[in-house]
Amino acid sequence: MARQRKGIEVSIAMADAVAQANVDVIAAYPITPQTHIVEHLSEIVANGELDAEYVPVESEHSAMSVCCGSSAVGARTFTSTSSQGLALMAEIFYIAASMRLPMVMALANRSLSGPLSIWNDHTDTMMVRDAGWIHVFVENGQECYDNVFCGYRISEDPSVMLPLAINLDGFILTHMIEPVIYEDNETIRKYLPEVRMKNALHPDNPVSMGCFAMPEIYTEAQMNREQGILNSYPTIIKAWKEWGDLTGRYYHPIETYRTEDAEYCIVTMGSYGETAMEVVDALREEGEKVGVVKIRLWRPFPFEDFRRAVEGKKSLIVVDRAISFGGPGGPVALELRSALYGRPNAPAIVNYVAGLAGRDVARSDFRKIILEGKAKASKGETEGFTLYGLRG
Amino acid sequence: MLEIRLHGRGGQGAVTSAELIAIAAINKGNFAQAFPSFGPERRGAPVVAFCRVDDRKINIRAKVYEPDVVIVLDPGLLSLLDPTEGMGEGGILILNTKKKPQEVVTAPGRSLKVVTVDANIIATEELGRPIVNTTMLGGFIRATGLIGIDDIKEPLLERFGKKLGERNLKAMERAYQEVSIGE
Repeated sequence: MARQRKGIEVSIAMADAVAQANVDVIAAYPITPQTHIVEHLSEIVANGELDAEYVPVESEHSAMSVCCGSSAVGARTFTSTSSQGLALMAEIFYIAASMRLPMVMALANRSLSGPLSIWNDHTDTMMVRDAGWIHVFVENGQECYDNVFCGYRISEDPSVMLPLAINLDGFILTHMIEPVIYEDNETIRKYLPEVRMKNALHPDNPVSMGCFAMPEIYTEAQMNREQGILNSYPTIIKAWKEWGDLTGRYYHPIETYRTEDAEYCIVTMGSYGETAMEVVDALREEGEKVGVVKIRLWRPFPFEDFRRAVEGKKSLIVVDRAISFGGPGGPVALELRSALYGRPNAPAIVNYVAGLAGRDVARSDFRKIILEGKAKASKGETEGFTLYGLRG
Repeated sequence: MLEIRLHGRGGQGAVTSAELIAIAAINKGNFAQAFPSFGPERRGAPVVAFCRVDDRKINIRAKVYEPDVVIVLDPGLLSLLDPTEGMGEGGILILNTKKKPQEVVTAPGRSLKVVTVDANIIATEELGRPIVNTTMLGGFIRATGLIGIDDIKEPLLERFGKKLGERNLKAMERAYQEVSIGE
């Protein structure tokens, strides 16, 4: 395939990237809004365009089980799911990380039931936040495409060996037609070597995986997991840097927009970052000293990058897409408050939860959130959170 | 940036129209988005699709609320909803109707450019059934000049295949010729 710029549905571009990454095994069960990704992959495999096993399983629990098996024998592995599908595979999702099994998942974010909803927010991914996977958030189709390759580079790196989820907003991205630049296969091959796993299962070299752990070893196993994900950070930085050097598109754990002289910032994760940029442009015209801070790497959380990005700011208005019921509000604000707690001159944090289950957040809403949030911060109203747009 | 909203019924191909405009614009080197009003699809139910075209990267991830252009595929929808909602001065309203632009009544206080295409007749004659999404694109192309017929040819043929694609193209070209553009 030659390098080309295409007008294409983001799901299809992502599936094409998975094929270009030359995966060996795909196991998935269709669920809205992820469906187009796996449907297109099954077509690619059925048409003989990709030499891979497509395993049409009977449930997501089985999908993740197949993925664990295939990764354990050293095969490049892909899956995709959303919401209830993720909930059903949660048991094995944790096991994939604990067994240090590399794979890439396209997690098309959708709200969790109930009430039953098919639309987008981040409640599904927050359910598995603590499983030990690497979590990357993307904002547009190009980032979905690019991060498939970066994802495999990171996940399969011998110093990492962890599963990685690419979080893309369901519908907002999965069902969007927009321009995506496809890189040629030679560039991909240069960037992403064939998969080689040192400890893959093989009859000639028997190893045990996923064993029972007595209390004497469980703690140490968890420390191994924690150290593993912390150690992935330099590899993530390197993988993104090299992708940028090849394609001109660079990624960073925390990204900023017009923050240099900003007094306050809106903080987003996922596709909302783009609308926020647009609104910040308009507010800048009116003299507001506002910028955008975007969290791309959610796990391992890049504490130092974040603290650097917000140093000297008066306040942060954090937009969450999920609620921790009975807890501190949104999971992102919780993270950021904890990252800044006890630091001298830390910015005040005002938390909004918005856009639950696909409720549209338009430019006018972002404007309101930013200006209202700024006012709240200056009045010291920084406790808890506000559920934006709640009808009376 | 030009923002477009399409009103149709499930199965009429409003999303396909949005998609074809976006792909044609992207192929010309522009930036574009096309997306449905997200949700379960039901044949016959009113649906909305959106499209944005710009010469720079588009950073908006929300629905279109203030469209510059509105395309209505099904005349029956006019009694159910106000397709001009959110439209500003100088907006272009493209309707599938037998009426002439001067016969179309819109809410007072705004001057809209009304464009009419008798798309049911054209589509029935050219395609054998009143599926008007591609026909209405002929009206859109003529009224806006945003893209040319030639720009949409390739994505159209790719989408529908040669045989059906060419019939759709003919319907579109006829609409381009037969459209009535108001003052």
